[in-house]
Amino acid sequence: MSTTQLLSLTQDLTIYHALEQKNKLLDALDSTDDLELDLLQVNQIDTAGLQLLILLKKEAQRTGKRLSIVAHSQSVRSVIDFCKLAAELGDPLVIPAAEAS
Amino acid sequence: MDELTNVYVQESREQLAEMEARLLRLEQTPDDHDNINGIFRAAHTIKGGAGVVECHFIVTFTHFVENLLDSLRNSEIAVSPPLTTLLLECCDHMGNLIGVLAAQQAEPAADLLARGTALTLRLKEILDAVQPSTTGQSGIALHDDLVEVESYGGGVVNTDSWHISVRFGRNVLRGGMDPLSFIRYLGSLGEIIGIETIADAIPAAADMDPESCYLGFEIRLQTKATKADIENVFNFVSEECDLRILPPHSNVADYIRLLKELPEDPMRIGEMLVRCGALTQGEIDQGLQAQKTGSAATARECDQPPLGEILVESKVVHKEIVDAAIVKQTQIIEKKAHEAQLVRVHADKLDELIDLVGELVIAGASANLLALKSRQSELVEATSVLSRLVESIRDSALQLRMVQIGDTFTRFNRVVRDVAKELGKEIELSISGAETELDKTVVEKIGDPLMHLVRNSLDHGIESAAVRLERGKPACGRVSLNAYHDSGIIVIQVSDDGGGLNRERIRAKAIERELIQPGDTLSDNELVNLIFEPGFSTVEKVSKLSGRGVGMDVVRRNILSLRGTVEVSSVEGEGSTFTIRLPLTLAIIDGFLVGIEKASYVIPLDSVVECIEHKNLTGDRNFLNLRGEALPFVRLRELFETEGQAPARESIVVVQFSGQRAGIVVDQLMGEFQTVIKPLGRMFAHLRGIGGSTILGSGEVALILDVAALVNIVTRSEEERLLPHRNNPSFSALTSNSPAVQSGR
Repeated sequence: MSTTQLLSLTQDLTIYHALEQKNKLLDALDSTDDLELDLLQVNQIDTAGLQLLILLKKEAQRTGKRLSIVAHSQSVRSVIDFCKLAAELGDPLVIPAAEAS
Repeated sequence: MDELTNVYVQESREQLAEMEARLLRLEQTPDDHDNINGIFRAAHTIKGGAGVVECHFIVTFTHFVENLLDSLRNSEIAVSPPLTTLLLECCDHMGNLIGVLAAQQAEPAADLLARGTALTLRLKEILDAVQPSTTGQSGIALHDDLVEVESYGGGVVNTDSWHISVRFGRNVLRGGMDPLSFIRYLGSLGEIIGIETIADAIPAAADMDPESCYLGFEIRLQTKATKADIENVFNFVSEECDLRILPPHSNVADYIRLLKELPEDPMRIGEMLVRCGALTQGEIDQGLQAQKTGSAATARECDQPPLGEILVESKVVHKEIVDAAIVKQTQIIEKKAHEAQLVRVHADKLDELIDLVGELVIAGASANLLALKSRQSELVEATSVLSRLVESIRDSALQLRMVQIGDTFTRFNRVVRDVAKELGKEIELSISGAETELDKTVVEKIGDPLMHLVRNSLDHGIESAAVRLERGKPACGRVSLNAYHDSGIIVIQVSDDGGGLNRERIRAKAIERELIQPGDTLSDNELVNLIFEPGFSTVEKVSKLSGRGVGMDVVRRNILSLRGTVEVSSVEGEGSTFTIRLPLTLAIIDGFLVGIEKASYVIPLDSVVECIEHKNLTGDRNFLNLRGEALPFVRLRELFETEGQAPARESIVVVQFSGQRAGIVVDQLMGEFQTVIKPLGRMFAHLRGIGGSTILGSGEVALILDVAALVNIVTRSEEERLLPHRNNPSFSALTSNSPAVQSGR
């Protein structure tokens, strides 16, 4: 098994792509023990997308793998923030210096 | 005993009574989940309260009961007769323990402790069989309870926000709607001060359909919007989501209900509620302790139902739950209002008040009399207003002591159950007229006689199932308790559909005991009522329950001491009915004042039907024709052997008792009079026809006539004449003057 693998999502995490995103994410998790997720380029996320992230996290927990979201786009962050899921998803929300001010 | 303990003891007794009633119901309907929850709640409240008053022996024992109930609620244990019996025994034991607390003893006595230990062992046995780990875990839970107990109960949750709990249907996303946007929109109504995402419904990765929605949210919303406004937010998905809204200041219990209704594990939802600020951890702990297992079972059941079912469910359930929530809320408001209207008053204070009112009535009568004598119209008017007010005060004071007989009746559920078990019979108790009110003192004193009668019916009345079937009756026997008002008295009936009374055996026994002579002719009614004679019992075998030959005698004595009567009617093979008649109150009555020469007598107004003129009746007839009916009458002058000649014009007061009418011939009618009943001394205990005495406004003493006895004397005159050796002295005067007595019936 390989070491840390990075997956960058470029598509929106919405219902329209949910099916393919699901397979993509799960395949990625399957292939590694430590998955890093880059969501910086995810412009839109909706309930379906949020659900997928939760599913992925659960799946990782179940199989004893590590999943971390290393970068959030603003919309992803706001949704996670809004739903108070930051702790759930267990990743430091990196707030870019520019926005924090 | 400090006040807190006092309140605890009282409330626990109420809880215990409810628990017992519910346990009895449990036997009938083992699947009633609400009922099991109710039992658990009662036990839990008792335990919680015991923690507050620091009564550790109650906590320790109740804890095991609670554990068992928990497993029961969790359907880990099936309801079975031995189990309910055990629980009922535990219930009794808890009652005893509370008694120990009430008696201010530090520890229960040794035998009670031993009993407690034995019960605990039995409880543990059952528990260990299903759930070896329970006892271990519960040690911790017990500790929690003691600490957190103050926050449980009627407490209103200390936040002013709405709580919205929403679970979206699977198809929401496919329908093109984004639940998140609804939540965001909700935020526009006010301020979302807390939100938790519930993702527990997401299945394993392989089964998860990314286009289905599995999410739910617990939201705290601070807003001025109405419930309808909040519901409107979810209007678009109303068909496809399960929405629960709790208004601000909801009761903890409501949240606990919410926890229970939600499909997820309540422990987890509890956490969520704490995190979004709906409840404190303490409140949750209490609630979860109570509800954990129940809802976990529900969660398991609806683990992964088919999609369509969910839809249907969310459609149907949604409406119902909202309705139920509204009903629940109004109930709570009403209950609160109701509670505020109740004041607990010590019974002694009430008795004192009644005594004082009694004196007031006498004093008022005296003032009235003086005013009349003075012939000052203003004074007369003033006193008449006064006496009307006194009358109202009297009525409402007496009303204060009126209690419903229902509580006394429901106690017998347990008795019937236990006795039936013991005798190996199948018997059900039916209760009617439970809302009939009567004086508190009467209710207290009627318990024992009723117990005798019910036990008697259970033991002697109802036959064994085999015999019943043979006689073509349903195997399950029936004992009924009934109560109703009848012209100023209350009638209580205990009836059974058993074998009835065996006339021949009663006759044989009565002759053996020398209560009657072999040649005596007795009416059927007289014969069966012989069972109330001292030392009479027809059952050869003395059983544990009744049949020592004292029961019926004691029953009658007790009831007579309440100025009541008891009689039995019975159809052989079909059952018997015991009828107890009691006065509504023991203290004050409306009386009708009549006079013979200078003496005054009071007839209870409730029993008076009418007054008629009595003119030139020949002296030797004891009945008259009243509108085509024979009315037997009695001359008070003769009955009480008053000196002097009767005036030319006498009056007859027609009285009624238990369906029989009779006339009482008096010299003059003096009108209505409020009568405070003063008991006669023990010297006069044997007097027949006199029920008590009272003091008139003039200070004179008037005797109160015992209408029941008088009617008896009159209507039985013929039978009495036929059986001279059973004559009663006061009666001989009457019969000797009237050789041609006829039966009045």
